[in-house]
Amino acid sequence: MDFLNYAFMQRALLAAVLVGITAPAVGIYLVQRRQALMGDGIGHVAMTGVGLGFLLSTSPVWMATAVSVLGAVVMELIRWYGRTRGDIALAMLFYGGMAGGVMLINLAPGGSNANLMSYLFGSLSTVSESDVTAICLLAAFVLLVTLGLRRQLFAVSQDEEFARVTGLPVRALNLLTAITAAVTVTVAMRVVGLLLVSALMVVPVAAAQQLSRSFAATFAIAVAIGVTVTIGGTITSYYQYVPPGATIVLLTIAAFIALSVLAAPLARRRARAAAAGRPAGDPAECAIPATRGAADEVGV
Amino acid sequence: MTGEPVISLRGVTAELGSRPVLRGIDLTVHRGEVVALLGANGSGKSTAIRTIVGQVPVSGGEISLFGTPRRTFRDWSRIGYVPQRTTAAGGVPATVTEVVSSGRLSRTRFGLFHKADHTAVRHALGLVGMADRAKDNVEALSGGQHQRVLIARALVAEPELLIMDEPMAGVDLASQEILAHTLREQVAQGTTVLLVLHELGPLEPLIDRAVVLRDGCVLHDGPPPRAVGQHALPGHDHVHPHDEHTPLRTGLLS
Repeated sequence: MDFLNYAFMQRALLAAVLVGITAPAVGIYLVQRRQALMGDGIGHVAMTGVGLGFLLSTSPVWMATAVSVLGAVVMELIRWYGRTRGDIALAMLFYGGMAGGVMLINLAPGGSNANLMSYLFGSLSTVSESDVTAICLLAAFVLLVTLGLRRQLFAVSQDEEFARVTGLPVRALNLLTAITAAVTVTVAMRVVGLLLVSALMVVPVAAAQQLSRSFAATFAIAVAIGVTVTIGGTITSYYQYVPPGATIVLLTIAAFIALSVLAAPLARRRARAAAAGRPAGDPAECAIPATRGAADEVGV
Repeated sequence: MTGEPVISLRGVTAELGSRPVLRGIDLTVHRGEVVALLGANGSGKSTAIRTIVGQVPVSGGEISLFGTPRRTFRDWSRIGYVPQRTTAAGGVPATVTEVVSSGRLSRTRFGLFHKADHTAVRHALGLVGMADRAKDNVEALSGGQHQRVLIARALVAEPELLIMDEPMAGVDLASQEILAHTLREQVAQGTTVLLVLHELGPLEPLIDRAVVLRDGCVLHDGPPPRAVGQHALPGHDHVHPHDEHTPLRTGLLS
């Protein structure tokens, strides 16, 4: 445990844990509403923010937050008002954001694509004190939203039409989800990088689903997986000379595969238990289609 | 039929895209009434329901709910809405309890659940005979059980008015009986009901009045067409109960 003596490792681990918690916490709502790749899109847009930060010599983290929040709001607006070509508009936003980032960083004094690499694929060991402060504040916001409004966000992500008739402020909640996702992307940017952010938002949720039947359990397991792989990846990259971002993402995918393999017999046992527990299994329901099918053809 | 009007539509028109779907609907539902909206596919039944709950914009006419113009109506906990089931599947597992709980949000402040709210969820599940499946994943349910969950989600806020879009479509007979029983109890307690139906089926004895739509206009408004039978309605399209062995895939619940 000698790595805990180094200040850079303490900062790296703290940042990694916060990302491990927040990324799946937001990702679960994106997966639920089938927008799993939204994080990826925001990551592309955030690059323009990083470029702008370099160009204006301000903090790239805060600039990326501002630009990606703006990008997420635009994406949500396209979803509301966009008609058939919404996907084309999104594509332009994604790739425009990426190209803008590359362009701006090259215009910046002393900037080169080498600076960009640390944001594209993460650079845990260079996380500074001010980065840690920013990451802590942003993570607190993400947790406040994803836990505090979990019932509302669940309802909206589950069935938007029903949520509107319940009187929930659906548009405001959708915007808040988009903004929270954008904030998470910038929190995770220094740890896994903009191009791999989406993996930490989506894969732990997919892995957790292999074991769970409820939303609450999926949430808890996904966060547990997120924290485990971010800590595991950070420590691995300390001892082995490997990039932490890529290690974390590969560990997450390994967790997904391992849980899928483990879950297969579990699902079979559950199915057997369900069948044994309900021997009659609502007999009337099972019997109807067979007997009614023929009668309907002639009788009606 | 002496109760105050709960739903009132006056000359309501609506378009989907540029196609007129409702061409001037007049419809009044009084307190305590059970009204069925009937008609062929494309006659505008579902659109009519969805304009009432504000999901389809109206291009003309007036809608009021409980005497308040719909635009300014905010008292959504008085309405229990059962939307049509869709075929898209959602991304994360959710239990029966979790889904039904989301119907209670209109009764809570900031989504904070108290003891009474948890009790209401259990009670609503009991009403539709799904208490023993409370912890099951909704994706594992049959079409009929799934529909019962959606109705529990509407009942959990203890609404005065139930609006249901084809609650019997794709529901096996056993579940149809349970739903009819649930609805009968609700009506006995004074709940007003407006529902879209393809055929009257086991609900027939409950229906006070039938409104038949054709091409976005009201064709008939009066006693349910018992003499000719629901199968004689124009453009009738029979909906068979689904095979119970096929788990339903739906985005509403999964």
